[in-house]
Amino acid sequence: MAKKQLINQRTALILAGLIFGVGASLLQKWGNPPNMGVCVACFIRDIAGALGLHRAGVVQYIRPEIIGFVLGAFISAYAFGEFRGRGGSAPLVRFFLGVFAMIGFLVFLGCPVRALVRLGGGDLNGLVGILGLIFGAFLGIQFLKRGFNLGRAVKIPTIAGWIMPVGVIVLLLFSLFKPPFIFTSVKGPGALHAALGLSLGAGLIVGFLAQRTRMCFVGGWRDLILIKDTHLFGAIAAFFIGVLLCNLSLDQVNWGFADQPVAHTNHLWNFLGMTLGGLAATLLGGCPLRQLILTGEGDTDAGITVLGLFAGAALAHNFLLASSKEGPSVFGPWAVIIGLIFIFLVGFFMREKI
Amino acid sequence: MVEVDARGFSCPIPVVKIMHAIENSPGESITVFVESEVSRENVSRLAQSKGYTVEIEALAEGYKLILNPPSS
Repeated sequence: MAKKQLINQRTALILAGLIFGVGASLLQKWGNPPNMGVCVACFIRDIAGALGLHRAGVVQYIRPEIIGFVLGAFISAYAFGEFRGRGGSAPLVRFFLGVFAMIGFLVFLGCPVRALVRLGGGDLNGLVGILGLIFGAFLGIQFLKRGFNLGRAVKIPTIAGWIMPVGVIVLLLFSLFKPPFIFTSVKGPGALHAALGLSLGAGLIVGFLAQRTRMCFVGGWRDLILIKDTHLFGAIAAFFIGVLLCNLSLDQVNWGFADQPVAHTNHLWNFLGMTLGGLAATLLGGCPLRQLILTGEGDTDAGITVLGLFAGAALAHNFLLASSKEGPSVFGPWAVIIGLIFIFLVGFFMREKI
Repeated sequence: MVEVDARGFSCPIPVVKIMHAIENSPGESITVFVESEVSRENVSRLAQSKGYTVEIEALAEGYKLILNPPSS
């Protein structure tokens, strides 16, 4: 019985990964930026820009996919009795882990999801990023094995768990009614997007599936190393296959390092940016997508992490930390080093005796 | 009998705690308290992969899992 259930879970996870991968490829066909069908980090950065939290005019747009991820998970969590208001596990530390994770992702130019989307579009820099991500997860595991944790969360009233889902509904209203204080790119990646209904629909489906299957684009790598378990990795592999096959059929693959869309070729900082992101996400217990899904389930610690990701995106553009096509910025690498130091201190000192 | 209270910890901390319990007390039954369905699934999967059988009891808040070692 238990074995059958496990097989069912695994099948569901692989199918969900495939659907998500095909969706990410199709979203590019439908108008999202090339090799950026889905990027949780970039899309949060775009929303931060739309809200005026940074002034990079080419990356400002309320990405409906993000809204869909949270609401899809919210609906699923309610449908299956898994919505639970909870919080109180080192929120400030989580906030800053979110800030530095985002800075790392924006030095690479993509989250753990987009790294696969890039590779599936032929961008070999994506592979360098993935290696950095795996190295980051490996470092995080060393802390986990030595007793690192962010402390226990406690049950809190349901209403608190509703704050973030209601927040994304407000974002949806902004994108429908376009109040004058919302910024929208007229050129650059922020101006490239699928129709609102398609983006939102895809987000809702993926959010629902990701909540049911616990899909995580850092957890999959982590479990391979930590417990030699391929369960969560199944979604990563299936997602990549979905992206690649759909891209091939749509003629969206262009192999190489140079001249890839929204990417640079500096291997060192592609690697280390993702090391920072992967390390932060491992200590946080999940990738940015997973944080959005948990937010939809009422986890306010994940909610704070998401706010940290927003703040990190704003900082990354206001302080010129994010990379561009030409490569890393002047200050980006320094921010990555500061982030790594911060996380090493957190990882080292927030341990309990085991 | 080893007891691990992993309530309130989110993924992957309950799994790490059970890994340590298995390493430190091989051949012993382990009783685990977890809060969420995710932790219940993850701990069960780890225990089964190590050959343990898993008994699950739903509590008012969360779950109690009894992990029995391979040959006892």
